[in-house]
Parts: sequence; C-alpha cells; structure tokens
Amino acid sequence: MISLENKDYKKLVDKHKPKETRVQNAFIAFIIGGIVGVLGQLLIEFYSYFLDISTKDASAFMLVTLIFFASLFTALGFFDKWVNFAKCGLIIPITGFAHSMASAGIEYKKEGPIYGLGSNIFKLAGSVILYGIVSAWFFGMIRYLLMGGM
Amino acid sequence: MTYKYDNVYLLDASTVVGPYEKKGPLGDKFDKSYDDLYNGEKSWEQAEVKLLEDSIDILLKKIKKNKSDIDLIVSGDLLNQVTSSSYAVQKYNIPFLGVYSACASSVEGIIIASSMIDSGKINNCIVSTSSHNMSSEKQFRNPTEYGAPKPKTATFTATGGASAYITNEKSKIKIESTTIGKVIDKGQNDPLNMGAVMAPAAADTIYRHLRDLNRDPSYYDLILTGDLGVYGKEILIDYMKSEYGLDISNNYNDMGTMLYDLKEQSEVMAGGSGPVCSALVCYSHILSLLKKGTLKRVLIAATGALFSPTFVYQHIDINAISHAVSLEAIK
Repeated sequence: MISLENKDYKKLVDKHKPKETRVQNAFIAFIIGGIVGVLGQLLIEFYSYFLDISTKDASAFMLVTLIFFASLFTALGFFDKWVNFAKCGLIIPITGFAHSMASAGIEYKKEGPIYGLGSNIFKLAGSVILYGIVSAWFFGMIRYLLMGGM
Repeated sequence: MTYKYDNVYLLDASTVVGPYEKKGPLGDKFDKSYDDLYNGEKSWEQAEVKLLEDSIDILLKKIKKNKSDIDLIVSGDLLNQVTSSSYAVQKYNIPFLGVYSACASSVEGIIIASSMIDSGKINNCIVSTSSHNMSSEKQFRNPTEYGAPKPKTATFTATGGASAYITNEKSKIKIESTTIGKVIDKGQNDPLNMGAVMAPAAADTIYRHLRDLNRDPSYYDLILTGDLGVYGKEILIDYMKSEYGLDISNNYNDMGTMLYDLKEQSEVMAGGSGPVCSALVCYSHILSLLKKGTLKRVLIAATGALFSPTFVYQHIDINAISHAVSLEAIK
C-alpha cells in the first residue's frame, strides 16, 4: 500500500524540518573561540613575565592550564552545558580535546581501568590523534622536501 | 494483523521517573520519582534496573498481589541484550519473556500478554518497560558529560520505569484490540531526527488498524503516537492525509510532546523519547482519564526506531516499527 517514494517522503520531512540558526551559531562560536584565544595569549604573557621563561615554554604552560580547566569543569559537570551554548567555539580549541577525553574517562570509569577507562578514553579523541599524526607526517615531509627541513 | 479480544483488561499500572520527568506537566501524576539520575546506584545501567524493579514493586502493592500470583512478566528496554529487563525481573522468580521493539516495546509486551490471556493460556501478566537518559546516551551516542551540539529535531530519552497489570478479571479498562506493526524503511538515516524515521511506521500501523476494523479516525476520542516529537507529529498528520486520505488532526497527539514542558525544558529539544516515554504518559495520565470516563476509546501507537549505531556508521537506513493497542473504558 505504501506508494510514496523515499525521495517524496524526504521532501515531506524537509518541509517540516526546523531551520537551524547557523549564522547565530557561527557568530557565537567565533566570539567564544576568540575569547579562548585571547585568554591563551594572556596566559602566555602572564607565564613568560612572572616565571621569566621563554614564550615557547609559556605556550606549553598555557596549553596545560586550558586542558586542566576544561577537564576540571567537565568533571564538575557544567562544561557540557557551556559547549552546548558555545558549540565549536569551545570544541575546536584544545578545550574540546580535553573535554572529549575527560567525558569518556568519567563515563567508562565504572567498567574498570583496562576494559573501561583504558580502552574508551580515546573514544572521541582517537580520530583527532590518528589524523593529527598522519597529517603532521605529511606536512613534515612536504616541509623537508621543499625547504630541506628548515 | 489486528486482533480483537473479549476478556482482556488493564487493571492498574505504575510509573517511576527521574528528575526531568518530575519537572514536566505530568510530574504529580507519577507514583515515585528520584531527584538524582543515579537514584542511589553505582552506574546508569544499574540505576535503570532499579527504576524497573521499583515500578514492579509498586504495581504489586497497588494490585494487592504476591509475586507468586503472577503468571508471566513481559518486559523490554533499550540496553543491549535487554539487560535492564532481565536483571530487574530476576528477584521475582516469575516466568519472563524479554522483548525488543525499541520504543514500541511496551505495546509489543501488551500484545503478547493480551493474546496469551485471550487464548486462556495464562490468567494475568505484568508488562514492563524502562529507559534511562544517561544509559541510552552512553550506549547509542556520546559519553554523557560530552556536550555535543544537537539539532532541534533531536529528542530526549525519558528516564523511568513503568509496569502494567493485564488480566482476565473484569476492570474499568478493556484491551479491545491490538495491531502488530511491520518494519518500515522510508530512506531516513538521521539518528537525530527519529520523528521522521518513525512517522511512516506509525502511519502504516494506524491505517491498517482502522482498515482491518473498518473504523474512521473519529471512532477514537484520542489517537496517540509514542515518541515522534514536535516535528514527527507534523509529519504524521501530513503523511496520513497525503498517503491514506485520513485526517487525524482533530483527535491526535504525540506522547513525546506531552511528557515535558517543551517551552520551559529546552534541553528536551523536540520532546521525549525512549520506551518508557509512551508508557509513562499512558499509564499515568491517559489511564486516569479512561478510569474517570473523560476518554472512552483511545488508540495507542507506540513507535520504535530500530536504530543500530553500527548500521548508521555503515550508511544503512534506520528501520522503524509501530505497534498499536486500543483501550476502551467500560462501565
């Protein structure tokens, strides 16, 4: 009896699909992402000035600080609500990476250290690591071939 | 596949919910609620088992029966291997059938129970179901603390346990007939728009139910679907009209849109879902209206998306199913 073709049904579904506020989401992500960037820069200035270390070392300190707070706020249970609001503004910076690992860690803790935490902590972050390493290798090769490793 | 029954009744039912359902418009109609999603247990899965156990305990108290008086329990839920059901019923030592039709499991249970009672094989049966927002998120989507952005069409798995007592002793609510659903695929594969996946299944079952019994939609005071959500509801009304020429817009609602306050509780997006969603609304709100006589005839079409994350990643469409039961208030 079913006669409506799948593509016609898709049209019917699309007719009733609410509009996502893409421009607004992009704007919020832009502002929040920018604020995270400014925060990072301030942290670099802060560490290099007060600890009297190089900018390179201060950058590492800054990353650890952002990772620490993203993980802490995930554990305290409100970072997912921030991400829901800020969307990619908090997912794209290193805070998103920390959030994905911390949330997986919390979730699978109950299945024990090996089959739970150990095998699931990279559930979301695994793709980032794998393709991060692969693309780093490619770019490294390109740089080596074009500029002789400079 | 529509069956009529002569001597099958729904005597009473019980509902246990979590904090989000308690805050909803039906909050004071549930038998028990927990403020915390762990409800005193160590994990989300164990919390769901407890919710289901609680609902059976409360039901036995309400109907004043011992567990030894019960012939059969039929129960279904979303967790892999129907875990919540099989672990929750263990302590009662009652013969058990585990069922799975995703969010249509409760009505699948009612169909099995009613058919066995009608044919005289058993005298009574408890039909149960449960779901838990966090255990479902963990199994089907992302870790629960991960804040993945969701589209407006996404639904929110309800947390709770619900049980109904089906018997051949005459009571105020008769199980008049049931229709077994078919597995339907309409080319939809978006797990965050389950309303669109399930609407054709609901339409097919409602249409066949009405055709088999030679009824008009207006025969029912209310036609209810399980958990299509705001947008799935619109799709169903439109689809019933264009596909079957049936207008259900006057006496139709979706239970996924009734469980929560969609304006105040924005986290539920398009509405509630999960096997317990339709059972919670039906066993609390709808049964009390039937008992009072405000509603006389109600058609419940529970809707289930037979969703496998593995198949979604393999780019295979999501199948859906809907089972229907007709409830009648009798004097």
